[in-house]
Amino acid sequence: MSDTPNIRFRPVTTEPALVQGLVISGVIAVLAVLLFAPLIAVFYEALSKGWFAAVASLADKESLAAIRLTLTVALVSVPLNAVFGVAAAWLITKYDFRGKAFLITLIDLPFSVSPVVAGLCIVLTFGANTVVGGWLVDAGYPIVFALPGIILASMFVTFPFVARELIPVMIEQGRAEEEAALTLGASGWRVFFTVTLPNIRWALLYGVLLCNARAMGEFGAVAVVSGKIRGQTATMPITIEMLYNEYLSVAAFTLAGVLALLAFVTLGLKTFLEIRHADALAATRRH
Amino acid sequence: MQIEIDEISKTFGVTAALTPVSLSIPSGALVALLGPSGSGKTTLLRILGGLEFATSGRVLFDGQDATGLTVQERRAGFVFQSYALFRHMTVFDNIAYGLNARPRAQRPPKAEIARRVTKLLDLIQLPDIGSRFPSQLSGGQRQRVALARALAIEPRMLLLDEPFGALDAKVRKELRQGLRDIHDTTGLTTVFVTHDQDEAMELADLVVVMSMGKIEQIGRPQDIRAKPASAFVKDFIGG
Repeated sequence: MSDTPNIRFRPVTTEPALVQGLVISGVIAVLAVLLFAPLIAVFYEALSKGWFAAVASLADKESLAAIRLTLTVALVSVPLNAVFGVAAAWLITKYDFRGKAFLITLIDLPFSVSPVVAGLCIVLTFGANTVVGGWLVDAGYPIVFALPGIILASMFVTFPFVARELIPVMIEQGRAEEEAALTLGASGWRVFFTVTLPNIRWALLYGVLLCNARAMGEFGAVAVVSGKIRGQTATMPITIEMLYNEYLSVAAFTLAGVLALLAFVTLGLKTFLEIRHADALAATRRH
Repeated sequence: MQIEIDEISKTFGVTAALTPVSLSIPSGALVALLGPSGSGKTTLLRILGGLEFATSGRVLFDGQDATGLTVQERRAGFVFQSYALFRHMTVFDNIAYGLNARPRAQRPPKAEIARRVTKLLDLIQLPDIGSRFPSQLSGGQRQRVALARALAIEPRMLLLDEPFGALDAKVRKELRQGLRDIHDTTGLTTVFVTHDQDEAMELADLVVVMSMGKIEQIGRPQDIRAKPASAFVKDFIGG
């Protein structure tokens, strides 16, 4: 084949080098402006007065309370939403029933409703001057301006993540494996734990990680229901805003840095698991 | 086991998948439900297996009313069209699934389960694939593993939904003989669904030709070929 004319073939789906270069540098430029520069700025500001000042601002009682509160909220709302999400996805993908389309719309509702509106709804339903809320306050369990309200608001905002992640996967996998397990004599619970759950574990993990990231970062809905009581109902995002408004920029940016680091932990965990279980991932995707 | 289908009908919403059909399957027979798509053959098979429930009519196993039995109680070895192997389990665990799913009191000990799985792997002539995953098998191997998995529960009958549908012509021919052999060894009453008249005629003792939710004709292959009962049967097996 030495006399092959000097034609350079490229795969039909590949663009010329110039176009590739332009697209890639365009993406990097956008990422730099939107992502890298702000991130660097956060850490730069946090450390502008040195490591000592940053750490000292974190050791402040209110900052510590905010970190603790945010972690508590995530720890409660994420597992609950994981269970609800799996249940909802299971219902939608494995059964046919009236009102299914309506249920799917309901699950998506938190994506289309402004978080502030969601927070207001919780205040209007459970506030101290409503029937339910008044009764709960009298009983010593206030919802609004307290931890339960913050958890409710976070759950409302993060509800769709797990279900949204699971539904397409479960639709694609169909019901055949579950049916096979049933014909082999397995009970419903056994089918769920030995067939369904292993098949959706990756999608579930992604859903949980996204849900977690959002639960920790939620501002709008929590701002309305929490009452922003320092050291009590102020989560990390809310404390950051308050510190920033008071020109305590080192403290604000340090706390923001910690929040960003928590997000990095989530991302890192996801990447680690993806690399570690690449084979299993490939096996479950392609069958 | 003898199977009696007594005036079974099935409607999905307003569409009738099965108009009342009756069929008697002698114990140990190898029966083909033959028909084009939409003829109700898969629905009938799923009703036998307990995956679908009839709108009206009864199913009898050995003369006993089995209409209300759950899918687990039916003990039907079911082979699905796309095999539905558990993708996250090895072949060994797939085959052992039904034994492991038994209540503790009836569950065989681990060594016994291993012995049975090994025996089934020998029966399907794939003794060395126990540690592989379904994604590492060819289509024909998957079908045989699905068959072994269904046989592991010591089923009362074997139900197969288009067992050769996803295979190429050469493998299909080989596996036909494989199914015949397994049927003859186990003596299980076997019902399989197919739209391929060659397959039905070559493999089955008894062919049930179906169309539009009705049974057009029941008979031995040679009888159906010699005396088609309707224009539809004549046309369908002629093509």
